[in-house]
Amino acid sequence: MSEGIIYWLQQALNAFQLGSIYALIALGYTMVYGILTMINFAHGDVFMIGAFFCFLLSSLLGLSFIPTLLLTMLGTALLGVMIERLAYKPLRQAPKVSAIITALGVGMFLENFTLALAPYPKQVPLLLENVTWDVYGISISSIQIVIISLSLLLMLLLDYIVQRTSIGMAMRAISWDKTIVPLMGIPVDLIISITFAIGAGLAGAAGTMYALAYPVIDPYMGVMVGWKAFICAVVGGIGNIRGAMIGAFILGTVEIMVVAFLPSTFRDFVAFTLLMLLIMIRPYGILGKPRIQKV
Amino acid sequence: MSVLLIKQWNSLLENDWLVPVLLTLGFGLSFAIPEYNLFSVYVQLIMMYIGINIILAVSLNLVNGYMGEFSLAHAGFMAVGAYSSVLLTMKVLPVADYPLLFPCAVFIGGVVAALLGMIIAVPSFKVRGDYLAIITLAFLMIVKSMIENIDFMGGPRGIPGIMKLTTMPWVFFWTATLVWIVRNFVFSKYGRAVMAIREDEIASDLMSVDTKKVKFFAFMLSSFCAGIAGALFAHLLQFISPRIFDITKSTDILIMVYLGGIASLGGSILGATIYTVLLEILRPSTMAALLSWLPSFMFDPLQAHLITHLGTWRMVIMPLALIMVMLYWPRGVMGLREFRGFIPRAHKQAHHHN
Repeated sequence: MSEGIIYWLQQALNAFQLGSIYALIALGYTMVYGILTMINFAHGDVFMIGAFFCFLLSSLLGLSFIPTLLLTMLGTALLGVMIERLAYKPLRQAPKVSAIITALGVGMFLENFTLALAPYPKQVPLLLENVTWDVYGISISSIQIVIISLSLLLMLLLDYIVQRTSIGMAMRAISWDKTIVPLMGIPVDLIISITFAIGAGLAGAAGTMYALAYPVIDPYMGVMVGWKAFICAVVGGIGNIRGAMIGAFILGTVEIMVVAFLPSTFRDFVAFTLLMLLIMIRPYGILGKPRIQKV
Repeated sequence: MSVLLIKQWNSLLENDWLVPVLLTLGFGLSFAIPEYNLFSVYVQLIMMYIGINIILAVSLNLVNGYMGEFSLAHAGFMAVGAYSSVLLTMKVLPVADYPLLFPCAVFIGGVVAALLGMIIAVPSFKVRGDYLAIITLAFLMIVKSMIENIDFMGGPRGIPGIMKLTTMPWVFFWTATLVWIVRNFVFSKYGRAVMAIREDEIASDLMSVDTKKVKFFAFMLSSFCAGIAGALFAHLLQFISPRIFDITKSTDILIMVYLGGIASLGGSILGATIYTVLLEILRPSTMAALLSWLPSFMFDPLQAHLITHLGTWRMVIMPLALIMVMLYWPRGVMGLREFRGFIPRAHKQAHHHN
């Protein structure tokens, strides 16, 4: 194959890896928004906590990859439910601004709490042996394959849960109409907690994979990655699960392309300009539907 | 008891002469304090930060409190004001020879920020709530990222060695002027329109409020104030970098506004003061100095176990305080209420609930 095609395929693979991590986080944003019409600004920091759980489990307990991943997901899921119960649930009837500020506060709390306990960046031990194969000049690492396949698996699982199970049906029903659904005997609080658990669990998985690919972690790593994932959710149409996945792969591609052509410091600039333009032109995203404002 | 005190206080504030007298007194003090060192240099510094934070809180309250929009961009406007004024004082204006050029630089910083404020006003015509929060956040990130990429403006390293031009009289002057301007705006026809937009944008549009124009003015005034605060801040701190003006700075201002209470100038002033003082008290050195009167058998264990760790835990306590305020005290110290002294005579009849 010619140099050019190999170069592009290599970049596409990198974009796919970045996009999978973004997608897992973006799903948490979009699920919570779908059900509560609330932006969970603390979600990026749940992702960070996931990476730190991964660090603790692998370095202190010396667990291998699979138990680390599962325990991390469990831990962040519990954290997500706790945040929802303690901070967001009392504000469900309050003005939306209160919820936004509380979410920002929770995020800051998680960051600074972690910073107080771990003032220096941590090196996550190597969980998987990294083997690099050379396929027609494209270098593919085993970690890349693990990240991409695991994320796809989790996304398919989520799609199955949302579309085919009764819990998923309840989720979709709540996002459709919040006043009627409790009258049908659906435990709204429980479903909301499950949504938070799933979203946070996916963020935990993303944190583990991020720690696999980029092993130096610090308490503020969740901020930027979280906002980027949020952009993905908005690009795809917030509240729409398949849209979040599409948005994540779009943003992953855009970022990798920017780095390929421009100095890497322009990456955030391009990502946020994209977000701003998109919200001004098509605020409901690619797969979203415009909400009709009623007087 | 406290009700009686408030009543006496309010009747005192009814007097026409009180506000001018207080202003003159404050202005005189702002000259006297640094001249005769009435307070330590550290306390003077805190007083100046309080002034700057009052400007920020009042201006953010205009958008978030009075208009009911949600803006996270204030740190961005601050950055714009800070950078443009610093470039002026360092590279263009001969401030060292003509000290009166400093307020001009500060003013221009505010104007540049106000021009950028218009950019934020345009999307707010179409979107509200969460989405406006995102747009303002994106704006903040774009500003930060732009500054990081322009070498001329110091890039990510920032600009060190800025002249210390912000003095207490200037802080007092700008704080008093801007609070006065915002107060007049809030109680003008435009202010009423701003509050009408908060209550119901579509209804106020139908009631012949020119919502676009009003939003333009409100956003411009708000970002103008933030730009001025940024300019003062830069010439007080003597060092600016993009990192200073990140989302944490915006969140700080948000805390001040919501702690003090939305749609209240008095609340913003209180919120900014309480928050700034609280953050300083939570500093280990300040806390140690404050508690040093305790007998040593009480002070030493406190010092060993609590105070030395405050530095790291201070930033954990603050967001927790924010969450607690939101959960248990959502209206803040004086949400939707106002000091009598700020209310123009013609409006006083309407404010029964104070």
